[in-house]
Amino acid sequence: MSASTIVHPAGQGTDADGVLEVRDLAKHFPKGDQDLVALREFSITVRPGQFLVLLGRSGCGKSTLLNLMAGLTRPTSGQILYRGTALSGPSTEIGYLTQHDTLMPWRDVTRNVEMPRELRGEGKRSRREEAQRLIELVGLGGFEHHFPRELSGGMRRRASLARMLAADPETLLLDEPFGALDAQLRTELQGELLRLWQGTGRTVVFVTHDIEEALLLADRVVVLGPVGSVLLDVDVDLQRPRDPDEVRVDPRFVALHKSLSVALKEGAR
Amino acid sequence: MSAATTTDAGTAGPGSAGPLQVRTARGFREKHGRRATVWAWRAGLLVALVAVWQVLSGPVLDPQYVSSPQGIWERLAGWIADGTLWTNTWITIQEIVLGFLLGAGAGAVLAYLIAPIRVVWTILDPYVMALYAIPKVALAPLFIVWFGIGTDMKVLLAAVSVFFLVFINTAAGVHQVDSALVDAVRLMNGSRRDVALKVVLPASMTGLLTGLRVSIPYALIGAVIGELVASNRGLGFLISDSSAKFDTDGVFATLLVLSVIAMVLNGLVGLIDARTSRWKPLDT
Ligand SMILES: Nc1ncnc2c1ncn2[C@@H]1O[C@H](COP(=O)(O)OP(=O)(O)O)[C@@H](O)[C@H]1O
Ligand SMILES: [Mg+2]
Repeated sequence: MSASTIVHPAGQGTDADGVLEVRDLAKHFPKGDQDLVALREFSITVRPGQFLVLLGRSGCGKSTLLNLMAGLTRPTSGQILYRGTALSGPSTEIGYLTQHDTLMPWRDVTRNVEMPRELRGEGKRSRREEAQRLIELVGLGGFEHHFPRELSGGMRRRASLARMLAADPETLLLDEPFGALDAQLRTELQGELLRLWQGTGRTVVFVTHDIEEALLLADRVVVLGPVGSVLLDVDVDLQRPRDPDEVRVDPRFVALHKSLSVALKEGAR
Repeated sequence: MSAATTTDAGTAGPGSAGPLQVRTARGFREKHGRRATVWAWRAGLLVALVAVWQVLSGPVLDPQYVSSPQGIWERLAGWIADGTLWTNTWITIQEIVLGFLLGAGAGAVLAYLIAPIRVVWTILDPYVMALYAIPKVALAPLFIVWFGIGTDMKVLLAAVSVFFLVFINTAAGVHQVDSALVDAVRLMNGSRRDVALKVVLPASMTGLLTGLRVSIPYALIGAVIGELVASNRGLGFLISDSSAKFDTDGVFATLLVLSVIAMVLNGLVGLIDARTSRWKPLDT
């Protein structure tokens, strides 16, 4: 049961074999005759197949960073390499579950989930079949013809997750995906996500402000401070599968929890 | 692990947290009771109004000014018999429909072309608003000079009113499109065409429909004003002709026909509305 923790010096990580390599990234938002700096000199390398959790308090630039990694917005300076080539816009290889739901309100669950394949020009039959499979996978069977407004928040999250998976991305960016859900549902969806990730070779970048969630899911946790400064970068070598109830009393978990908590508090000062 | 729950009553939602879907057998009263009551009241109100009007007209009120249901009915019967009603109604309907289609079509198409290009919209905005603010009645004399006193003038007068309402409302709908939804399509590698067809078009549909709905009475107003100003046919002409002859029955009879036309037109838009807004939650 002994797990080792490798603590990297903050801000480093320039392995050549990263799926996503972020170099000296900065993002400014113009505001009047000033610039609001959301992100400054941020660098990170995400290794293939890694489950990376970015942990940070709200407002520290997590969503800004994921928007950049997804190719939705352009950095003010710096570079993002995806598999060695500079990212110039959204890519179907990168799936992004944004912090807020973006299901089309005029489409029912099935038509929302099949949308990525529809835009790709896939035939109606095969994309319907795939949508049905994914809807069952996320546990929304029976709600195929419900519209987003007729679903609860948790069900909308599931539908969004299914839609993202319909594009069959190899890298998943998830921005506080389970933030607004009740504890029970959150645990369930965390389990589902781990099943989707394990053994598929997919890379996951998962953003949260919840230390326990980070430790339950992550291979590696990066704690972010103001303007995206890296406060701590640790590998989590807790054994998988991690039972939510048992792992909480694991001494390694407790120790890691403590150090993450300290790092977060330090960043606040 | 989630505990398995079994229900006979219906399908449980995923994760046992979703709502339960239960089949119910509702009787006629439960399904249509409220609607039936509302319609009964409407009919009752109409009958009462007509009865009071009929009774007061004559003993209390001068029929020369307020007419009477019976007078209106007789005038309508006479007009139907000699074909006056249908000839003039048909002309006005044609003007309304043509004017509406022309104005709405031009308004919607131009809005979809111009509104997405923010710079162009910003430049044109004050001019559009200035033109929109002109009372369309004031254009009638100008339109007579330009297009004569034929049907064209009425169609265009109706079209101008409709145009601005549809144009402005559709543009507002386009501008209110949630940029997060546009981003969602970009994330799926959607083209600009996909964004236009699968996000902007459906999202702005409520704006377009609002424009269509509010502009319908204005198509009617435009056409009738045109006929009142200069014409020898149409329902507007029938009104001015009747009033020139102090024929109050004729004026009221024409007004009745006009409001029937307005109700039919509103019903048509209601149908489009119901079809395109299926994704909105049903308020019961
Ligand atoms: N589009 C934007 N325009 C202006 N400021 C922004 C924008 N997006 C984010 N910000 C600012 O950048 C900072 C980081 O925001 P965000 O990345 O959303 O934080 P987090 O996701 O960690 O809560 C905040 O101070 C926020 O106000
Ligand atoms: Mg955020």
